[in-house]
Amino acid sequence: MDGIFLQQLINGLTLGSVYGLIAIGYTMVYGIIGMINFAHGDVYMVSAYLTAIGLAVLTFFGLESFPFLILGTLIFTIVVTGVYGWTIERIAYKPLRNSTRLAPLISAIGMSLILQNYVQVSQGARQQGVPTLLEGVIKFHVGTGYVQLTYTKLFIIIVSLVGMGVLTYIIQNTKLGRMCRATQQDRKMASILGINTDRVISYVFVIGACMAALAGMLITMNYGTFDFYAGFIIGIKAFTAAVLGGIGSLPGAMLGGLILGVAEAQFAGLVNSDFKDVFSFSLLVLILIFRPQGLMGKPHVAKV
Amino acid sequence: MSNDVILSVEHLMMQFGGIKALNDVSFNIQRGTISALIGPNGAGKTTVFNCLTGFYKATDGDITLDAQAKLTSVGKIMGEPFQVTDFVSPPKFFSRLFYKMFGGTHLVNRAGLARTFQNIRLFKEMSVVENLLVAQHMWVNRSMLAGILNLPGYRRAEEKALDTAFYWLEVVDLVDCANRLAGELSYGQQRRLEIARAMCTRPEIVCLDEPAAGLNPAETEALSGIIRRLREEHKITVLLIEHDMGMVMSISDHIIVLDHGALIAEGNPDEIRNNPKVIAAYLGADEEEVA
Amino acid sequence: MSASNSIDIKRCLIDTVLAGLISLIVFGPIVGIVLQGYSFDLHPQRLAILVGIVMAGRFCLSLFLQTAYGRKLAHSMQSKDSGVHVLPAGHKSALRFVIPVLILLAVCFPFFANKYLLSVVILGLIYVLLGLGLNIVVGLAGLLDLGFVGFYAIGAYGLGLGFEYLGLGFWAMIPLAMILAAFAGALLGFPVLRMHGDYLAIVTLGFGEIIRLVLNNWVSLTNGPNGIPIPGPTLFGLEFGRRAKEEGHIPIHEWLGVSYNPNAELIFTFVVLFIVVMAVLYVKHRLTHMPVGRAWEALREDEIACRAMGLNHVLVKLSAFMIGASIAGLAGVFFATKQGFIDPSSFTFFESALILAIIVLGGLGSTLGVVIAAFVLTVAPELLRSFAEYRVLMFGILMVLMMIWRPRGLVRISRNGYAIRKGVKP
Repeated sequence: MDGIFLQQLINGLTLGSVYGLIAIGYTMVYGIIGMINFAHGDVYMVSAYLTAIGLAVLTFFGLESFPFLILGTLIFTIVVTGVYGWTIERIAYKPLRNSTRLAPLISAIGMSLILQNYVQVSQGARQQGVPTLLEGVIKFHVGTGYVQLTYTKLFIIIVSLVGMGVLTYIIQNTKLGRMCRATQQDRKMASILGINTDRVISYVFVIGACMAALAGMLITMNYGTFDFYAGFIIGIKAFTAAVLGGIGSLPGAMLGGLILGVAEAQFAGLVNSDFKDVFSFSLLVLILIFRPQGLMGKPHVAKV
Repeated sequence: MSNDVILSVEHLMMQFGGIKALNDVSFNIQRGTISALIGPNGAGKTTVFNCLTGFYKATDGDITLDAQAKLTSVGKIMGEPFQVTDFVSPPKFFSRLFYKMFGGTHLVNRAGLARTFQNIRLFKEMSVVENLLVAQHMWVNRSMLAGILNLPGYRRAEEKALDTAFYWLEVVDLVDCANRLAGELSYGQQRRLEIARAMCTRPEIVCLDEPAAGLNPAETEALSGIIRRLREEHKITVLLIEHDMGMVMSISDHIIVLDHGALIAEGNPDEIRNNPKVIAAYLGADEEEVA
Repeated sequence: MSASNSIDIKRCLIDTVLAGLISLIVFGPIVGIVLQGYSFDLHPQRLAILVGIVMAGRFCLSLFLQTAYGRKLAHSMQSKDSGVHVLPAGHKSALRFVIPVLILLAVCFPFFANKYLLSVVILGLIYVLLGLGLNIVVGLAGLLDLGFVGFYAIGAYGLGLGFEYLGLGFWAMIPLAMILAAFAGALLGFPVLRMHGDYLAIVTLGFGEIIRLVLNNWVSLTNGPNGIPIPGPTLFGLEFGRRAKEEGHIPIHEWLGVSYNPNAELIFTFVVLFIVVMAVLYVKHRLTHMPVGRAWEALREDEIACRAMGLNHVLVKLSAFMIGASIAGLAGVFFATKQGFIDPSSFTFFESALILAIIVLGGLGSTLGVVIAAFVLTVAPELLRSFAEYRVLMFGILMVLMMIWRPRGLVRISRNGYAIRKGVKP
């Protein structure tokens, strides 16, 4: 019992840190233009493919040592996914900036379908995979059984924490971060003060995509397999994490991701793993009913 | 005289986070009068309006509306938090639960109070008549079956609603625009349409939030005429926020002055004009000129 | 933004090269390199074609936007003109000519249709029904419901499970499925519709997925991915099969004393479905003239103003959501009957997206457009099987382009006009 709990806690933290990374993309975009970017889950899916492609190409050119291989793939994945984020914003959302409320949402759904089907057509519908890169495991003895912490999981937790730390630093301490925060608080005022808000919105999409790329690479390393449909469910869950933490709040997204990951893993371990997705979605509905502003968000006051 | 009070506000408090927007505001509005709520920018006039009309839940205080032959507590129908005593008294508990689930702003309107908005909120992509028909939602036959089968009772109710709509269009002089989109109208016409729409909900008191803002002198004059007509012909009580002091002084029976979230003066136009506190608030703030 | 009217070729070329570079980065890895296990294959040829298409497209677009007509078009897209107009009083819709023609066609259709054509048209009609239902929710009330397929599944599985456990048939399940789906809609909608904004979209998306997961994983009830059989429809206890499946029933051809027609069941389904579609069309038409329809549209325009006028925004939105859900439940019953067998794979998010594509193409809020779009999007892929692979891609591109080009869809939205009255007293 305790063994399962601890094991699922580790699994949950691993999964949760990845949810947190994806949730950042949702929460920043929602914070800045008040729109749910439905294509974000699929950006994550694309980055999983890019990771596998990057690894395959680098291995082909004889790069064998783990640090270089990982670093090379990471840079490749983040850069290309960032360009995806920029392109999607440019094509599907920017022309709709002054449109009706539903238009960007429908456009986002369309973009999500495009990404899924485009990857399916070009890469095939079958499952893809990557080899295990980090062998090794740490075992703790708990009671009669033991708990495993694989190096991969440890790596994921560390890297995602570092990623979140870097992002927090960027948002809090750099000029770009100040521009993002200003635009989030009052877009009109920010543009009056000379901030190119269109460009800031583009940056936000790129940052969100980069975080999703990091998540895509990490989760691919952990599970080893993925397909073109992988972004859908994980996208909804990351959105749940963003809502749980308080949509629009950056630390909230990270916290929400961790809490959701742990809660889901515990549910899977202790209750029923077939219904863990159902559990997460139900959690989303319950949060929206009882605490729509989330853990760290501000309550919404309608302007009359 | 107290039974002639249509709206009474007692010890109204409103806090946003740490900011006290309203501090212990109390006043009464007499039935059948035109009252004005004035004050420098940021004095809390619109906050008072939003509390009265149920868009904000007041932090503390009571607002009681005596209209349509019953007393309505605005705080209660907005859904108050549960109290410990509710859990031993089921009727109280269910009453609170009911208002928590189904209560809200709309009940304030149904209790006989209508409002307009500072930044006009018409249904811009619906026609002028449709705007007025939506406002009569509570007065038409809403039965699905009657509507789908187009039964005589339903048709009569619709005819009546159309009559009311065109009557009010005539009052605000917009009959010729009946089939245009509300968003296409000029600013002054939109302001008048908003008043007509508020009147179509058949209220006893109407709250107008800066009705003359952005109007030219001729339009303001016409507006004053309409407001007077509301009181004289329709026995409607009017409460308005306005910055145009000329208009306020000429049409109001009673003026309430707010500054920094507190009530600083109350009285008829002559009293207000000579009140040193009011003059200080306006001149000291240096934002508005006293007309 | 130069004032001159001449075409700036240099700018076009720069745009083209930039677009080419971006598309090289975007498409390069995914299209050009295909994973084969842990290794990969190179496909430079199709990458080159794709990049070439993008560059050519960008060049043409850039050139076009510099012409006078292009500028005008770009300007009109920037402006806020929504293209809404008010019809003159007493306007009669063109549908009054179209409907009799449709009815005539529908009466003739079963006589010359073969089995395949019948089933394609039935599928088209089912999507018309779904489109009309979602159109009420999205087009009229402005609520983005992405879990529409959940209600569809409730209808379909309602028939399957209702037959298996309670012995309920086609006719009993038609009203029951509608009530069941509407009830599920109320349960989901009531808490979520209280909140502002787009949460409804993501919650309904989750709901659609929950329904599918439950159907898939609750094996003891639903038989999981293996699916459940659906009984054939009956008419006053007469069955349409060659032999009666239930005791006491007799097949309709024996009762009528005619020879067995293998299409009889499909023809029957078609006739009932057509009548239902006509009824829903009529209801939809009435709704747009009724107080509740006006209230939906008003809520879509400005929720705060509606609340200030005594409308309970939660209940008004909920009524739209429930009516939409019940129509989806109804469509589910027909789908199950037509298929004769259902499993959870028919109720994926893709179905919701397809229905959304139908109403986007048909024009949010417009009826005739939805009917045409439903047939175009469901029947065309049946006929063009070779494009099946690209079907979803096409829907996606269609949604994005439609939103950019005309957020309200292809058909203009027209509002009812009223005869002017003067000197009336209320």
